Amino acid sequence: MSAPAGPGLDPGDVAAFGPAGAAPRRGGLPRPPVVLLALGVLVVATSLLPLGFVLWSTAQMGPAEAWDLLTRPRFADLLWNTTRLLVGGVALSAVLGVGFAWLVARTDLRLSGLWHGVLCAPLAVPAFVNGYAWVSTTHAVQSSYWGAVLIVSLSYYPLVYLPTVAALGRLDASVEDVAASLGAGPGTSFVRVVLPAISPAVLGGALLVGLHLLGEYGALQLLNYPTLTTGILDQYRVSFNGPAATLLALVLVVFCLALLGLEALARGNRRRARVGAGVGRPAARHRLGRAAPVWTLVVAGFAVLTLGIPLSSLLRWLLHGSSSSLSSGGLGSAVGTTLGLAVVGGLLTTLAALPVAWLAVRYRSTLATLLERGVYPANALPGIVVALALVTVSINVVPALYQTLPLLVLGYAILFLPRAAVGVRSTLELAPPVLDDVATTLGCTRAGAARRVTLPLVLPGLGASVALVSLAVATELTATLLLAPTGTSTLATQFWSRASAVEYGAAAPYALALIVLSVPATWLLGRVAVVHQQSNEQGNEQGNEQGRPA
Amino acid sequence: MTALTVSGLTKSFGSARVLDGVDLEVPGGLTAVLGASGCGKTTLLRILAGFIEPDAGTVSLGGRVVAGEGRTVPARHRRIGYVPQEGALFPHLDVAANVSFGLTGRRRASGGRRAARERVAEMLDLVELPQALAGRQPHELSGGQQQRVALARALAPRPDVVLLDEPFSSLDAGLREETGRAVARALRASAATAVLVTHDQGEALSLADQVAVMAAGRFVQVAPPAEVYLEPASPAVAAFVGGAALIPGDAVAGSVDCALGRVTVRGAEQGAVLMAVRPEQVAVTAAGEPGSRAAAVREVSFFGHDATVRVRLGGDATAAGAVEVTARVGADDVPEPGSSVGVRLLGEVLAFPRAES
Repeated sequence: MSAPAGPGLDPGDVAAFGPAGAAPRRGGLPRPPVVLLALGVLVVATSLLPLGFVLWSTAQMGPAEAWDLLTRPRFADLLWNTTRLLVGGVALSAVLGVGFAWLVARTDLRLSGLWHGVLCAPLAVPAFVNGYAWVSTTHAVQSSYWGAVLIVSLSYYPLVYLPTVAALGRLDASVEDVAASLGAGPGTSFVRVVLPAISPAVLGGALLVGLHLLGEYGALQLLNYPTLTTGILDQYRVSFNGPAATLLALVLVVFCLALLGLEALARGNRRRARVGAGVGRPAARHRLGRAAPVWTLVVAGFAVLTLGIPLSSLLRWLLHGSSSSLSSGGLGSAVGTTLGLAVVGGLLTTLAALPVAWLAVRYRSTLATLLERGVYPANALPGIVVALALVTVSINVVPALYQTLPLLVLGYAILFLPRAAVGVRSTLELAPPVLDDVATTLGCTRAGAARRVTLPLVLPGLGASVALVSLAVATELTATLLLAPTGTSTLATQFWSRASAVEYGAAAPYALALIVLSVPATWLLGRVAVVHQQSNEQGNEQGNEQGRPA
Repeated sequence: MTALTVSGLTKSFGSARVLDGVDLEVPGGLTAVLGASGCGKTTLLRILAGFIEPDAGTVSLGGRVVAGEGRTVPARHRRIGYVPQEGALFPHLDVAANVSFGLTGRRRASGGRRAARERVAEMLDLVELPQALAGRQPHELSGGQQQRVALARALAPRPDVVLLDEPFSSLDAGLREETGRAVARALRASAATAVLVTHDQGEALSLADQVAVMAAGRFVQVAPPAEVYLEPASPAVAAFVGGAALIPGDAVAGSVDCALGRVTVRGAEQGAVLMAVRPEQVAVTAAGEPGSRAAAVREVSFFGHDATVRVRLGGDATAAGAVEVTARVGADDVPEPGSSVGVRLLGEVLAFPRAES
């Protein structure tokens, strides 16, 4: 129907068959119910509470007082320590993560499935447990910059490794083929084609490592490497909610926001998905040839560092410490409390993510997008800042809440809401509104459609979100230390009170329990990355999102 | 057969008026709503189904007003079957559960589960799918099979009207035609009134009993397929349905002198006219053959079974009175682009009155 519009034809006649101006989305958009909007606003406002607190309380401070605090030599030390740890830790994690991802995903390394599991496994060892294992093995890593960089990188490099493996798996081989046909060798092709294509995944991973390093307390305290975060807790112990702690928290938040901005800048508006349609083809693997045994040794040696040393240390203390003071009753009650908190925290966080995600998926509008984005800043807030804010706000506004379990659970919800929101959103997208439409023409009421169609589709995903948040709650240390009511014993707090008192043998069972609790989530995340690698699905960013254990 | 009547329907989203006083009479059978994307046809369908309400106008089914005049019957009580794009099967249910979804709801078939099972088998037969598919999950089906299951699901509760929203647009060309015909057969066998929304004129002309051509929120012609093609109501419809070239001329007593020679016209036979020349009305001959006009081949599109050739007559583009027309030729007789040929018009040409400019 490519009719050449001849002269003399009324242009309106044929133009009438074109789209009628800027047509709205098919069938228009419903307005969101007021209750849903109110819930969404409530959730986002709560998650922004810590940020607001930090800004507000700094604003209360006089400029002279702030200047006095900021010019103390101690502050300069903390700033310098934090900055160089950030640079060193992120750089080493990125090199390790990308290097091993390439080795596993794109070379003919033998047993790559096994090595993938081994390379994911360090995620199951909380950084503070890793720090404890190293410190109790050798004091050489203590009070040293390089020791701190090594330990945190060994703990956090999987945050780069996982999204990178997923991105390499999604990468369409034909891009590399084209590069080769244009005369690029393997090295040139990696730098000019592969690296730019996977750079969003690498950057995202590096951002996560940076945010974790800024929020890390346990490992660095054990390593005796003071940063802003350990400084905040020291100040807090000395002067409770003194202005020094708040000011340090503000500086920490500025660091986090700067990291976010840096990552956004580096990422630019680069397109992440493949251009063009068609199913991608998995790439051919590069041959290692005679160097294969060397590379296998490198991976194995690395596994000794990441898993061998922590686990052997733990095992040694378990055997050694079995004679020392361990009341199994203490462990039992700690497990019970931890599980209870984890389940409640997981449920509350997922419930809180529901209205925000539902608005974003079903009622796309400026307000809904704003609400969804409003959850992000909480992603960058270290546990210490959230905890500090909740302590101060509860004391000043609702004293009845201070030192209670509900406040602790609220802290968990704020900390892990971004993670839940991502998972819940992708789950809700499994149930598009057209299915509701069809169900109503088949005689269902709205409630009936929700029960028979939407709910069965989203329940598994919501369950996974509850599980992921629960596991994160179970191994959270920093916020728990500040918010847990006196006398509450969780695995993390019990471990901490023993490990920080150099009772390494007594801490070992708790460390083991924490690792066991982390295994399922790690397994899940590792599997997501591999499933992507195998199915090589196009344009699907899920692996990237879910491989983000913030 | 249940009649569907739409009158004076308007709908705006913000400042954009998507439906602008739509009238449509569907006595029964299969009616295709044909229009370019964005012309408002999906909005019309969603109003018919009851997902959105019109700003003004009424919709009635079998004499019963279901929308407008201050009353709205909810979608679940309209006895309407709905087949969306891509089928939208419930991904967590197998084929049998998808088809029987509407049977276990309010419109429970008497006899319960057993009757539902029989109805599922009957529906699979109707849409020409093997019974073995009943236990499959939707993701195990091909695109065409998913569409047929979606139709079976819509037909199972015996709706009065079935609405299909571009159901074949996601299928590849071969499957589209085959699935389209199977769906049309199933719809006729079920005796349901059907409204099919499409932007594909071939689909509309080949499957429907009645074609309603829509543009800018209005119907410009509602007629049987042959009539829409042979007697288009306006030059725009002629150009949209059938790809006619529109050539201006001046008619004197039923004939027009132009670059194509002396052309006999019908419709508008006196004064300024616009002629709609369809590709199959243009014959391409050897250059200089008696009775033909010299033309230059601009572009050739080869399809295998035939080809279309775009030719220019009356000198190059700058010459006054130069026109371009498209001809359909046999596959064994395709001229080279750039070559000179002869062109002759076959039969009468439809002409419309043209406002003098």
